[in-house]
Amino acid sequence: MLPLNILILNHRLLNYLLRNKLSFNNSSILNAIGLSILMLAVVSTTTQAASDAEVKGLEIAKEAKRRDIGWGDNQSTLKMILRNAAGQESTREIRVKTLEVQGDGDKSLNIFDHPRDVKGTAFLSFSHPIGADDQWLYLPALKRVKRIASRNKSGPFMGSEFAFEDLASFEVEKYTYKFLREEPCAAGTCFVLDQYPVDKYSGYTRRVAWIDTKEYRNWKTEFYDRRNSLLKTLTVSSYKQYGDKYWRAEGMKMVNHQTKKTTDLVWQEYQFQTGLSEDDFNKNTLKRAK
Amino acid sequence: MKMMNVAQALGLASLLMLSAYSNRVNAAVEISGKLDIEATVYADEGQFTGQAYRTNFSIAAEPEFYWKWGEGDDSVTFMPFVRGDEHDDERSHGDIRELSWLHVNGAWEFRTGIRKVFWGVTEFNHLVDVINQTDTVDSFDGEEKLGQPMINISRVTDSGIVDFFILAGFRERTFAGEEGRLRSDIVVATDRARYASNDEEKHIDFALRWSHSIGLFDLGAYWFEGTDRDPLLQPTIVNGSLALVPYYQQASQFGMDLQATIDSWLLKFESIYKDSDSDNFAALQAGFEYSLYGLNQSATDLGLLLEYGWDERGQDASSIAQNDIYLGARLTFNDSKGTAILMGISYDADYYSKSMLIEASRRLNDRWTIALEGLLFEADNASDPVSSVDKDDRLQLTLERYF
Repeated sequence: MLPLNILILNHRLLNYLLRNKLSFNNSSILNAIGLSILMLAVVSTTTQAASDAEVKGLEIAKEAKRRDIGWGDNQSTLKMILRNAAGQESTREIRVKTLEVQGDGDKSLNIFDHPRDVKGTAFLSFSHPIGADDQWLYLPALKRVKRIASRNKSGPFMGSEFAFEDLASFEVEKYTYKFLREEPCAAGTCFVLDQYPVDKYSGYTRRVAWIDTKEYRNWKTEFYDRRNSLLKTLTVSSYKQYGDKYWRAEGMKMVNHQTKKTTDLVWQEYQFQTGLSEDDFNKNTLKRAK
Repeated sequence: MKMMNVAQALGLASLLMLSAYSNRVNAAVEISGKLDIEATVYADEGQFTGQAYRTNFSIAAEPEFYWKWGEGDDSVTFMPFVRGDEHDDERSHGDIRELSWLHVNGAWEFRTGIRKVFWGVTEFNHLVDVINQTDTVDSFDGEEKLGQPMINISRVTDSGIVDFFILAGFRERTFAGEEGRLRSDIVVATDRARYASNDEEKHIDFALRWSHSIGLFDLGAYWFEGTDRDPLLQPTIVNGSLALVPYYQQASQFGMDLQATIDSWLLKFESIYKDSDSDNFAALQAGFEYSLYGLNQSATDLGLLLEYGWDERGQDASSIAQNDIYLGARLTFNDSKGTAILMGISYDADYYSKSMLIEASRRLNDRWTIALEGLLFEADNASDPVSSVDKDDRLQLTLERYF
């Protein structure tokens, strides 16, 4: 890659020099040195440009996170509508309690209400920006709390088109970034940036995210699989603002381009500052969650 | 039809009292539950008198009534259970799985009434799980339990959860009747049960457990003092014929369980030490579960399980996991129907007998699920407990309706 770049640059540089009739010392050695210096300058400018895109991408991610700090805790309901390629539907209903943890990933407790055969099942997760999350599942028929392996981030959540990692809380450290461009989008103007997962167990090589320039909300994400071909597209709609600050979307639609399956998420009954604390997220609260 | 025994008055009283109270505060009752329809086909007629049939039908219902009030700090759960079985009178039975009042006060929980409690981490044998009696007629795998009357105080601390139990009254183990399959040669005379304690089934037992999660580790340890859940089965002449009479001793038991969750590995360990009137011994169940995620770029996961069960008493053990190796594979398709297939083989290294289980389950729609389970036994040694079920190979179809 690099040698080829240098060759191209060299060629362009020569053309440039010829076109602009810049005078060089006749000494071919000096000429070569001069060329090399110029070449280095151009190469480093290009690297600088790449790193500018990375810096800008990271800044956007940090700003998005910064604007969503301090919400404390929230509770909501989540309805999932799964559709296969033939249009057959099935639904899931979940109640979600989340606690913001400063300096670490969020803690969450999910309680399943529907379908009926999983009613009463509950899921406790302590997420971490880097490394494995701590996760426990409560199985009501056996009254059993089971610690489960969290390594399976790329697996489907409840048979839907959302993987576990798609629903995890956004943490800056989970990705590296590259700013691509600004372009018009549903919310006016959006930053478009590449997000490269840091976790080696992620199911994606990269995600492309559209984040509006005004409120830093995510409106669309494209997911590229391990072979770097487009796997899924997420579109986000109906943002509402809570506490004059925190934006939460009511609708999310995930389309799997490879299987033609879709999953719609409907987030409702959002409540913030409900008084949840660390004491509401342990194995005892998991067992009595229902 | 056998209904549940005494001591459960405690739970009933608390329910009546609290439902009266909850009416005053307008607590709404949530009703859910399930209905099981089960059809079984056996490869052969059974070996013993009363087992001359090859098909069996059974229906079970387990509704659940749930009230909560005071922002969820108080709740009452009532879960009765009833089963009717075509052949086995002992399997046609009822039980109160749960009838209890839960009160939460900060880090404290007070749980009073009939409840179920599960302890442990392993899959093929639940060695440390001691609070509830096993309802062996209801399910062959020993995972169905009878409701246990108790007062349980639980406290969450920074260094783990501490649970104290007063177990008010004892539940006798259920055993298949004369027309039941999957039973021992000699029928157990459940109505002749004897006790070491003069208090018999009214003996009050105690347990204290500590459990905690530290990083990758989930661990627990407990002390239990009271009526041994495992009866000695004593051959006795009852009404002129030979029967096994359950004899319940007093026992002290220490148990511990540990799971390390490392990447795709779950390492599991359970161990008990039991001191009873007749014996004292150690036993363990340990192994691992390893998961392969997304087989062939699909959503399917494969879990591989290996466990070993050991009992110091060897071939004299009342447990069938005295020197046994267990192998399992669990395929989870992660589809919208929740399709899963579980295969398991146990191999007895003393008797060389094998038991095999294949179970496939799937959701049909929002209300119905279907499960197909196959059981195969192979035992050549007549002194092996498995030899008594050698002719009980079966295929069982279960439809479950949730409401």
